[in-house]
Amino acid sequence: MRNKENGNPKVGAAGKAASAFVKVEGLGKRYRADQPPVFDNVSFGIDKGEFICIIGHSGCGKSTILNVLAGLEEASSGCVIMDNREVSGPSLDRGVVFQSHALLPWLTVEENIAFAVRSRHTDWSRQRIAAHAARFIEMVGLAHAAKKKPSELSGGMKQRVGIARAFSVEPKMLLMDEPFGALDALTRGVIQDELLRICTETHQTVFMITHDVDEAILLADRIFLMSNGPQARIAEIVVNTMPRDRVRETIHHDPQFYRIRNHLVDFLVRRSKSIQQAGSPVAELATTRIVRPGLEETPLSDGLCEATTNSRFTAVA
Amino acid sequence: MKASLSLRAGLLSVLLLILLVGIWHLSTATSPVSGRPAVSGAVDAEYAALMGNGPAAATDKKVDGFPTPLQFLHVAADKLADPFYDHGPNDKGVGIQLAHSLGRVALGYLIALAVAVPLGFVIGMSPLMYRALDPFIQVLKPISPLAWMPIALYTIKDSSVSGIFVIFICSIWPMLINTAFGVAGVRKDWLNVARTLEVSPLRKAFQVILPAAAPTIITGMRISMGIAWLVIVAAEMLIGGTGIGYFVWNEWNNLSLANVIFAVLLIGLVGMFLDLMFAQLQKKVTYAE
Ligand SMILES: Nc1ncnc2c1ncn2[C@@H]1O[C@H](COP(=O)(O)OP(=O)(O)OP(=O)(O)O)[C@@H](O)[C@H]1O
Ligand SMILES: [Mg+2]
Repeated sequence: MRNKENGNPKVGAAGKAASAFVKVEGLGKRYRADQPPVFDNVSFGIDKGEFICIIGHSGCGKSTILNVLAGLEEASSGCVIMDNREVSGPSLDRGVVFQSHALLPWLTVEENIAFAVRSRHTDWSRQRIAAHAARFIEMVGLAHAAKKKPSELSGGMKQRVGIARAFSVEPKMLLMDEPFGALDALTRGVIQDELLRICTETHQTVFMITHDVDEAILLADRIFLMSNGPQARIAEIVVNTMPRDRVRETIHHDPQFYRIRNHLVDFLVRRSKSIQQAGSPVAELATTRIVRPGLEETPLSDGLCEATTNSRFTAVA
Repeated sequence: MKASLSLRAGLLSVLLLILLVGIWHLSTATSPVSGRPAVSGAVDAEYAALMGNGPAAATDKKVDGFPTPLQFLHVAADKLADPFYDHGPNDKGVGIQLAHSLGRVALGYLIALAVAVPLGFVIGMSPLMYRALDPFIQVLKPISPLAWMPIALYTIKDSSVSGIFVIFICSIWPMLINTAFGVAGVRKDWLNVARTLEVSPLRKAFQVILPAAAPTIITGMRISMGIAWLVIVAAEMLIGGTGIGYFVWNEWNNLSLANVIFAVLLIGLVGMFLDLMFAQLQKKVTYAE
């Protein structure tokens, strides 16, 4: 593992850094020298095929982390390693679903997807590209709208095209910045189901930002909780202990759902703030707890945490 | 509702036209031969004589002074019947003159386009180039294109090429500025899409930036064409020889106001046609977000 700067990566065994597919070490981002960093000393690992959701208050730096992972932005300290190679710029290996879908408005749906496919497979024939694109348009159920321009689509349809485009280049990791933020609850549910199905089928590794706690519990294998900025960090990693075959219709019948949910909501309304207030710039204190709500008797006590917990954390909890 | 609106607008336009022609007719046709106010008539006659165009020189075909609508129609029909005759340097059909003007505009404009769009791309993409070239643009832009004429005539010597240069220099600025503006304003999301897809620079320029900036660029091209068409008439009045501007000046010297009016109308119509062409082009590249 490389450690470019003086950051202090502290990822325990359950932080999955040692064998992980994606390794993030001591990541920090400072936009202006005269201001505290947006986030600091962020370290985590992601396994192949894992679905990660990251939750945190607005402005804590989630998009910035995602952009650094994508290679669209440069970190001020620390590094990101994917597949044993350091991330040093955007790549076809990391597909991005943008919050604003970012479809090219002068192209039709199929042209938008074909544009992406041609970027990956520069040597393919026109027909082959079209066939490949059609497969992914079908995957998100938009075959009937393939000839339409983005402006003729609903918000949910546009978002699905964005997802199809990201999937069509078959990236090693998919990065999604609040992909369903602008959708109504009904459409959101439909697309969540679709996404879950596609990700299970393709064993896609996903890193997704969301504000929706229920969405995170439905989709994610692990949920990263970010404390408030500035100097935000990943305060907790909540392991989703619900069965993997969970579906939207029945998930809320499981009492475990509420244990996790309460834990997440409690973090967002109470602890995210106090962690930041109690925060000290000393890097060693910034550690990440790994939590399994419901499976541990007292999930907030440090005795059951797998990673090192610091004293300041117990004071908060 | 919409159809009835355009119908009513059309009717109103026709009514206004009839009204205008009516006023024209009333103010010129009080007495067909010499009913014009004596003083101005005398001045006109004096002036005509000065210009070597006295009553004796006037042929029966020529209309003196301001024509009536009917006289104007006669002249117009005459001109349109044979637009491409060529009887020496001072007597060419109006079609030939228009073709000369359009040729100069097209040449100057195309050269400007070939310079402005690539340069605008560079300026729009590079903040360094933008800052470096901005002072030049700011100083050169407000110069009246006709002010370049003496310099052009001195250095280029050929009057026709000077005309083309003037068209070039006046039409380059709106295209350059709009291209730079359009390219610099391409949405970051779209550029990020291109980046994450590792699109090659050339493909990015032609398949992302160009279509994204096309509406702004075409707007610049449209403005440039409008200015070029305004300037060519003035330029040709100065350089003489051929062209619709020279035609207007020449007919004014002949005191043939009917011909002048005809040419003026023609300039307007051609300008409108050129603008419509760009409107169509603009419609093609405009996208809804
Ligand atoms: N280009 C920039 N220059 C300076 N500061 C920036 C810049 N971009 C983001 N920031 C700051 O970084 C912080 C994190 O921004 P970011 O967009 O990552 O937040 P976020 O967690 O994604 O919020 P949201 O949930 O609202 O999308 C914010 O406080 C913002 O003010
Ligand atoms: Mg964000």
